[in-house]
Amino acid sequence: MARITLKNLAHSYYPNPTKDSDFALKEMDHVWDDGGAYALLGSSGCGKTTLLNIISGLLRPSQGRVLFGDQDVTEAETAARNIAQVFQFPVVYDTMTVRDNLAFPLKNRGMDAAYIASRVQAIAKMIGMEDRLDRKAKGLTADAKQKISLGRGMVREDVNAILFDEPLTVIDPHMKWELRTQLKQLHREFGHTMIYVTHDQTEALTFADKVVVMYDGRVVQMGTPEELFERPAHTFVGYFIGSPGMNLFEAKVDGNRAHLQGASVPLGAAYGPISGRTQIGIRPEYVVLTKDEGLPVTIRRVEDVGRHRLVRAEAAGQALNIVVPEGMPVSADLTHVSFVADKINVYADDWRVEGRAA
Amino acid sequence: MEKTVNQKAWFLVLPVLVIVAFSAIIPLMTVVNYAVNDTFGNNEFFWAGLEWFEEIVTSSRLHDALGRQILFTAIILSIQIPLGIFIALNMPKKGFWSSLCLVLMALPLLIPFNVVGTIWQIFGRVDIGLLGHTLAAIGVDYNYTNDPLDAWITVIVMDVWHWTSLVALLAYAGLQSIPQAYYQAARIDQASRWAVFRYIELPKMKGVLLIAILLRFMDSFMIYTEPFVVTGGGPGNSTTFLSIDLVKMAIGQFDLGPAAAFSIMYFLVILLVSWVFYTVMTNMDREEEPR
Repeated sequence: MARITLKNLAHSYYPNPTKDSDFALKEMDHVWDDGGAYALLGSSGCGKTTLLNIISGLLRPSQGRVLFGDQDVTEAETAARNIAQVFQFPVVYDTMTVRDNLAFPLKNRGMDAAYIASRVQAIAKMIGMEDRLDRKAKGLTADAKQKISLGRGMVREDVNAILFDEPLTVIDPHMKWELRTQLKQLHREFGHTMIYVTHDQTEALTFADKVVVMYDGRVVQMGTPEELFERPAHTFVGYFIGSPGMNLFEAKVDGNRAHLQGASVPLGAAYGPISGRTQIGIRPEYVVLTKDEGLPVTIRRVEDVGRHRLVRAEAAGQALNIVVPEGMPVSADLTHVSFVADKINVYADDWRVEGRAA
Repeated sequence: MEKTVNQKAWFLVLPVLVIVAFSAIIPLMTVVNYAVNDTFGNNEFFWAGLEWFEEIVTSSRLHDALGRQILFTAIILSIQIPLGIFIALNMPKKGFWSSLCLVLMALPLLIPFNVVGTIWQIFGRVDIGLLGHTLAAIGVDYNYTNDPLDAWITVIVMDVWHWTSLVALLAYAGLQSIPQAYYQAARIDQASRWAVFRYIELPKMKGVLLIAILLRFMDSFMIYTEPFVVTGGGPGNSTTFLSIDLVKMAIGQFDLGPAAAFSIMYFLVILLVSWVFYTVMTNMDREEEPR
């Protein structure tokens, strides 16, 4: 087990990258704590898998170093890094039995037979395949195969880290919950550093202690689920986390007030002069429908999604999503919205600006 | 719904029936006819029953030809299949060099069979052939026209030259269809090169390899043109394989009865082996389906 440090790391799939856009992974510096459960979250093509493959050593970065603990492993082979990785699509050795599949990583490392047998038994129990150990892996269903892949990833106890590359894509929804819970439990029990790549925010937020949000080859924010929700560091985080995402308005910020198209709203903090494109962001959960206070609003549609209702409206000349808690009526006389002042985030050129206490 | 019965519909299949009869059934029945009759020309036939079949089955000449045929097929399969796999494993996976390799590999397959024979016939000649003359010059006693072993080596090397690329191309196609994740997983599992071949590549290539073996079996078991051009079945009878013998019997000696009986049995043997292959392959597919 080890702390993972990424130093000036960047990667391009082109041999001679010149422009910023040539890089699939832009320069980054991060330290990932030993024993942490991290989720790498981002939309497709944002560099999640590239980063994961660099950590596992399947890919050599164009620049920068990767450190496991104090040891520089940038040039080390995958096998030498002692990590485990589970892929998006099940990788099983078809001609082997389930037992041999699970034992394979241990056998290749020349472990003692009795130890292998006990580990295989323990893992089989965990993935619920004890009764099928002597079956050929060929012909099993996709989720059974993926469980074997997961099992093979976890069979070694001494790994530095376990990396998961969207491992639950092919698994049935009810099984997803179960496996995710098991992974979480396993993490608590053994304390492996786990890195879990996904584009599903629910998966990321439930699995990880810390979520790493990636956008366009950059890590835009690394934080707890709460931080991502309350203080998205980048407009992409605001948009990507939450359902629906954060409302963003073009605004002019002056001290502790923001001026929108034809209205002005109070902010929770005071801001100095801001250069660049200025926006304010407010979560739909913190927008309150009122009778006469705040911005005038036109309600377009109300969707009942069970736990709460979602109001699609229009304010200050653009679309606005509002989450209305269950039990509060949405009536025709609600013609204004107000924003909870200290939940408003201010962005300059998409990056969050920290305000001074007002 | 009530169905109208109209027997005239049979006329609609008549054209197909006529074409098939004309192109396949009647010629085949002609062979059967020759196989069970004796004829001295003038379209006069005398019933011979299974006499020709008995003669063929007990003929030592045919036993020898069959033995040579099986030996030949076994040798070329045991060279071409492993060699083809080996080449496929070492071919570039993408880019310009992979395209170049594919084109070069496909070339021998595009040369007409008798041209292949002619190329090797000349190539191996001791007086003017590049190979034969060079070997003679460095003191190797090589002459495919009077040494049976040299004739065999020439025919086998020629067949390997001609057909290994088919196996290699099929194996290459099989290898290309393996997702990268398998190799990555193997690296993480610290699998040896041999284990990667044994547990990933070989199982994934199994389907195409069976097709390769089947094609190479059928083709080599029916081989005629190339050895006929190079050695003419000689020296003596040493490279007289089944097809060459059949042609000698039917056209050289005009023994139409035995040749016809021979043809039928030859056909049945190939059919039988192909059927066995087909059964094995479909059974393996069934195993792969999920329960």
